[in-house]
Amino acid sequence: MLRLIVQRLLLLIPLLLGLSILLFGWVRALPGGPVQAMLGERYTPEAAAEIEAQMGLDQPLPVQYGKYLLQLVQGDFGVSLQSGRPVLEEFLNRFPATIELTLVALIFAIGIGIPLGYVAARRSGSIVDHSAVVVSLIGVTVPVFFLAFILKYLFAVELGWFPTTGRQDVTMIATHPTNFYVLDGLLTGEWDAAWDALMHLVLPGIALGTIPLAIVARMTRAAVSEVQNADYVRTARAKGIKPARLRNEHILKNAMLPVVTTIGLQVGLLLSGAVLTETVFAFSGIGSFLADSVFAADYPVMQGFVLLIAVVYALVNLIVDVSYGLIDPRLRRQQ
Amino acid sequence: MSANELPVTGGPAAAPLHTSIHGDGPAGQDHGGEGVWARAWRTLRKNPVAIIGGVIVAVFVLVAVFAPLLAPYGGTELPGRDEVRPTMIPGPSAEYPLGLDRYGGDVLSKLIWGARASLLVGILSTLFGLTGGLLLGLLAGWFGKWVDFAIMRLVDLMLSVPSLLLAVSIAAIAGQSSMAVIIAIGVVQVPIFARLLRGSMLAQKGQDYVLAASALGLTRRSVTMSHVLPNSVGPVIVQATLSLATAVIEAAALSFLGLGGGEPSTAEWGRMLTAAQQELAVAPRLAILPGICIAVTALGFTLVGESLREALDPRNRTRR
Repeated sequence: MLRLIVQRLLLLIPLLLGLSILLFGWVRALPGGPVQAMLGERYTPEAAAEIEAQMGLDQPLPVQYGKYLLQLVQGDFGVSLQSGRPVLEEFLNRFPATIELTLVALIFAIGIGIPLGYVAARRSGSIVDHSAVVVSLIGVTVPVFFLAFILKYLFAVELGWFPTTGRQDVTMIATHPTNFYVLDGLLTGEWDAAWDALMHLVLPGIALGTIPLAIVARMTRAAVSEVQNADYVRTARAKGIKPARLRNEHILKNAMLPVVTTIGLQVGLLLSGAVLTETVFAFSGIGSFLADSVFAADYPVMQGFVLLIAVVYALVNLIVDVSYGLIDPRLRRQQ
Repeated sequence: MSANELPVTGGPAAAPLHTSIHGDGPAGQDHGGEGVWARAWRTLRKNPVAIIGGVIVAVFVLVAVFAPLLAPYGGTELPGRDEVRPTMIPGPSAEYPLGLDRYGGDVLSKLIWGARASLLVGILSTLFGLTGGLLLGLLAGWFGKWVDFAIMRLVDLMLSVPSLLLAVSIAAIAGQSSMAVIIAIGVVQVPIFARLLRGSMLAQKGQDYVLAASALGLTRRSVTMSHVLPNSVGPVIVQATLSLATAVIEAAALSFLGLGGGEPSTAEWGRMLTAAQQELAVAPRLAILPGICIAVTALGFTLVGESLREALDPRNRTRR
């Protein structure tokens, strides 16, 4: 198990090297190059030359790349043009918000998706089965940001059940030791702050979680349909096993492997969707900051965030791969 | 790197689709000498889901093609410019069946012209992704060895960045225009098609009929071109249909993020949604109508793609 983890971590190195080369080239491919992108309307040849010399852009490309790589290794991802603060700091400040949002979305997707897919497979042709099909179609055809709009309009603007924007009520005075607002409220005992932060997560979480919900429901339905007709399930049933045990230990346990893979793959989708969802709900996570930096042509942020998000994505997939061994003993022996 | 495998449709595991060297192969055995495509067509015609999807797609394409005849006003016209005030956006009337937007554009006309914009982005970007992916997949599948290795690592790299971020980065290089959106969505699809085609060609390479063709003395080129490739395209065609749905959605997302360029009043569904954000409380129809158009179009392509996959899947073939 440990060997597998180390192996997978080592495989990350070439991936990150490749990505750094692509991102290095990306900045140089920006219209007018990095200096133009940085100066924008303030562009004059003198100012450009000064910045080029200052940033070492007048040196040969391999030297520039070497320096860039050296900075990356030291955790220096450059400075945001919008805020003037280091990119890494901006990322770490906002990442907890996105983690919270993604977790709520995943809980929503898994909590509804697996039972829905299970019942749909067990009662094939029933109303639940048909509704599962409809849900999975909605999930793949309705754009995330449109869904976010509709939820915001119905439940925040019209009904007023949930707040429309932000992570916490602006009038709320709360301390934030970890930047996970819900957790902060629980840690400091500020229950109303925790509750308020949670309420702010509901609508964005549902909007973001709908696509994964559709995919998880669909995968579960397919996996359970296949497993429930297996010989060992028939044997177990013939032996007179209790239905609950049949479900938990025989069917679900064996059907979960493809579902877990699918859940791992959703993380990329969730990070993409977070950009849109956070923008609609003015939720200050990495997604909305990235969207702002696209508008502001803040290329160091775009460059750094893409790399950091790719690292997060790769690590999550590593965790998923390792967790196979925990679910399936056959794979544990092979590893 | 298995971690980055996308849940690609069909998948490399999909078995031979068009197994006929000359006449019939394994696929043709259970139903005379009928080809796989003829069989798929026969299945599709009987599938209500495929028919619904097909009708949606047909209506969408017709509206897009005949937009100049159907739309009461031009795509850039603002006929109601003088009737719109910041506090008052006129709703549906006899003159404007779906009302006006904040710029004074006729919503119905803009939706119709928007269909044309979506169709264009969808088709062009999918063609771009398909061509790029086919080229890479073909190179990898044909040469194998280090060419295959290099191409697949590039594909891994592209897949290691969440798709929307990749699209945004590419659109940033390509400048803000509808062409940039097309290129961005196309490039994002390249690795998906490349991996799909390579996997499906690899699966074909091990088949007996390929061995037989080589044994008959056919050159590698003709084995690849006339046997391996034609038998590998099924999953690719399914993916292309589903890609049209994704492209419509992603194009809207990129315009929503402000990467489409042009006037904010452009007749484009994603752009209409962005503009509607500010009037969500006053005129929700401005957001709901383009949103429904995007969703229904994506639904049409998805239904067609899914039914096509089902029809082409040899496991679903019933003996009769």
